[in-house]
Amino acid sequence: MAGYEPVIGLEVHAQMGSRTKLFCGCPTDYGAPPNEHTCPVCLGLPGALPVPNEKAIELAVRAGLALGCRVAPNSRFARKNYFYPDLAKGYQISQFELPLNEKGHLDIEVDGHTKRIGITRIHVEEDAAKNLHGVGSGAVTLVDFNRAGTPLIEIVSEPDLRSADEAEAYLKKLRDILMFIGVNDGNLEEGSFRCDANVSIRPVGQEELGTRAELKNINSFRFVKNAIDHEIARQEGVLQGGGQVVQETRTWLEAQNKTVSMRGKEEAHDYRYFPDPDLPPLVFDAKRIEALREALPELPEAKRARWQKDLGLTDYDAGVLSAHPEVAKYFEAAAEGLAKRADGMKASEAGKKVGNFIQSEVLRHVSTDGLAATFPVGPTAVAGLLAVVEDGTINGKIAKKVFATMVDTGKSARTIIDEGGFAQVTDAVAIEDEVRRVLDANPSQVQQYKGGKTGVLGFFVGQVMKATQGAANPKLVNDTLKRLLDA
Amino acid sequence: MTSFPWQSAFEIREQVVSGAATAVDVARAYLARAEELNAKLSCFLYVDHEGALAAAAQVDRAVRGREALGPLAGVPVAIKDNLCTRGVRTTCASKILGDYIPPYDAHVVEALRASGAVIVGKTNLDEFAMGSSNENSAFGNVHNPWNLDRAPGGSSGGSACATAAGLATLALGSDTGGSVRQPGAFCGITAIKPTYGRVSRYGLIAFASSLDQVGPMARSVREASLLLEVIAGHDVRDATSADHEVGAYHAACSRGVNGLRVGVVRDQLDELQDSQVRGAVEAALQSLENNGAVLVDVALAHAKHAVSVYYLIAPAEASSNLARFDGIRYGLRVSGKDLADTYAETRGQGFGPEVRRRIMLGTYALSAGYYDAFYLRAQRVRTLIRRDYDAAFESCDVLCTPTTPTPAFALGEKTSDPLEMYLADIFTLPPSLAGLPALSTPCGLAADGLPIGLQIVAPPFEEERLCGAAQVVEDACGLLTSPPPAFA
Repeated sequence: MAGYEPVIGLEVHAQMGSRTKLFCGCPTDYGAPPNEHTCPVCLGLPGALPVPNEKAIELAVRAGLALGCRVAPNSRFARKNYFYPDLAKGYQISQFELPLNEKGHLDIEVDGHTKRIGITRIHVEEDAAKNLHGVGSGAVTLVDFNRAGTPLIEIVSEPDLRSADEAEAYLKKLRDILMFIGVNDGNLEEGSFRCDANVSIRPVGQEELGTRAELKNINSFRFVKNAIDHEIARQEGVLQGGGQVVQETRTWLEAQNKTVSMRGKEEAHDYRYFPDPDLPPLVFDAKRIEALREALPELPEAKRARWQKDLGLTDYDAGVLSAHPEVAKYFEAAAEGLAKRADGMKASEAGKKVGNFIQSEVLRHVSTDGLAATFPVGPTAVAGLLAVVEDGTINGKIAKKVFATMVDTGKSARTIIDEGGFAQVTDAVAIEDEVRRVLDANPSQVQQYKGGKTGVLGFFVGQVMKATQGAANPKLVNDTLKRLLDA
Repeated sequence: MTSFPWQSAFEIREQVVSGAATAVDVARAYLARAEELNAKLSCFLYVDHEGALAAAAQVDRAVRGREALGPLAGVPVAIKDNLCTRGVRTTCASKILGDYIPPYDAHVVEALRASGAVIVGKTNLDEFAMGSSNENSAFGNVHNPWNLDRAPGGSSGGSACATAAGLATLALGSDTGGSVRQPGAFCGITAIKPTYGRVSRYGLIAFASSLDQVGPMARSVREASLLLEVIAGHDVRDATSADHEVGAYHAACSRGVNGLRVGVVRDQLDELQDSQVRGAVEAALQSLENNGAVLVDVALAHAKHAVSVYYLIAPAEASSNLARFDGIRYGLRVSGKDLADTYAETRGQGFGPEVRRRIMLGTYALSAGYYDAFYLRAQRVRTLIRRDYDAAFESCDVLCTPTTPTPAFALGEKTSDPLEMYLADIFTLPPSLAGLPALSTPCGLAADGLPIGLQIVAPPFEEERLCGAAQVVEDACGLLTSPPPAFA
């Protein structure tokens, strides 16, 4: 078999991080008792009318700008009509013919080279409510409208992806960008970042696209890869068996590791889209678009490049420290703080030291929840701690102990050092006494050193540090050892 | 006491403010009259004794406390039952909302309460405002007070009837394709369909969102103008509401028509079958000319397509607007064997035949494969109709047509032929499609005693011109002094 080439396009629904709903003033927070965050508008009561949330629309424009889209000077809301109990009005307010953003792109890394994936459109729409099946007395379905009207963007890619790995890379990068520009919290599990995939295959070399299946319910990065790989294999099996792929919607059953048909083409809805007469066109003039473009936060890729160039980070470190927007902010604040406190320290040196310390000590205490993150201590406290390492008050090893105490007590490094006797032994006489004791106790190593094996210096340093329980100033120990051995 | 029903809103307010009568006395008189006559007229679906007396008592307290009083202090007002009233049943004359009680007031209801008006009850209408005779109400049809065997017009037939028969001083209706003007004409009162966006639609249960406007109805032009002043204005809860200064409509009634260029759609008038209507309209035009207006012939080339355009766009929007009545959250639910069946049973039994017909028409017009040929083409012709008016208003300041092709037709006369019924709206539909303000005011009586209405149309937000011209017609015709003989 010459083989088949998969063709994949993705549709991502991302909830936007606005505090209120798309067409009313109800809050968008999670976790409220059912139907607490509702009003006549999001309940679709008779006579209630939608009014667009300007902040949410601006977030959608921000997403468009970050993904290289053309922002439409005039776009329209449209009604997508269908009946379902989670849909209060019997239609969803979405966009159809005139979306807010069009013709963007996202560059992904594939096997070490860059591949550009087209973005067809990014439009704004409202989320549906949530049906809760079989609660209470069992047979009933209850509807919670807290989520109804939450602002979403739908990001539709071109069918430019050729493998499940590419799809995964695209999704990860997309999620990364949306989080860094504050549009989406990247939470796949809670469903605030959801993905459907259109998958088809065609014989390698063929121009024409094969018949596609739409995959739903793929709500984790692992699912995406599994689901797409399984669907590709299924379609190959169908074609190799002489059959034909039919156009349909399939759902991914993770537990059974397979996709199953939900509905065929003939059962597809006719949504009867038409412009929503309750909502005038959304108008964005060039000036306003430019203002929003200027206010666009630094994108994660640019940030990582800048860190490598200016803050002395490796590609790997930059990746770890930009895994979450709040961690990135924390790193930048701490690095800046250290450079300021440690006189004459270069930004690249401060960046490297702070980067190492955050990775080895801080990150394991950090917890994230969507776009929010909680840190054990503030970034200025970390800068303060590393500054007292710089000025020689304590050494790096002690710094870790001090940090642990900072986390436990919330006290500053300076206070802990003053209270706990963590300050380094910088008394030259005391250190020389200790060095002499170590040299006397290890005559054979002294002989090795004198014979040219200067590598044993490290052994002596270790012995001195051990004897002083880490409190000796390592530089002073080093200098004293050299002075006595080389004498 | 018996004199109250025929006093104007101005006279009632004056008595209440001066202490010559209490608002509670006025309310009681109207409530008693409504109680007595509603069995005969069916114009009210609900008479709100408790709410009206409480509102009236509040006005009286304000009078005693020498507080500032609103322009409608103590004035009894009837409200069409497709306007949401907090805590008071709002049915749209439909079984599907038979027991629906809204948790909030429509914008116009808030405005009325703030003006000191006393809301006496909710008036009958064609189900979801779909109809031209009020015979599509699920709760019995309204009668025309000038002849009980005649239709009051629709869909605001209850509001028109209640006002004309003195069961309320003023009323609010809603107008999508003529629903305040046509019943206004049939019942011999003045009704204004404001510019689209002039009055907030918040709390008006939608029929066709791009056309719906709430409109005032009254027995005189001045009262209708005053009521428009009370309800007009920008409202942030309606994204289609216009941020445009409210005019001095009441004061504009005194401005006269000297030098006003009045457009006459000559071919429409000449082709009119009903010579009595034509005669009354010509007499009204004559009186305008006598008062200094200049008559100009104008043409509206695409107006003849208005019925076709309207009966695609309005049902298309309605098919979507009425999707929320699904039996899940409120209103009637008829449980079926599964979800789809519950929808079908609820909507099949909850909606009447005309509403079902329009939902099907609209669903069809929006369907894949038909959208371009029907909905989209209708929108294009709608644009052409609007442009005709733009052109016409270059040579005239207002434009006059009959409101209806005939005076009130008989109840039952057109119920078997929906198309015939739709044609009752041929003059009111074009301004609606163009979003323009239009007013109907009585301009004469037919030989059998039925009123005839003149429609005046103006450019967007020029309602003041309507008020000025209509007052001249009213002064010439003098209908105000003669209520329907059976109810005088």
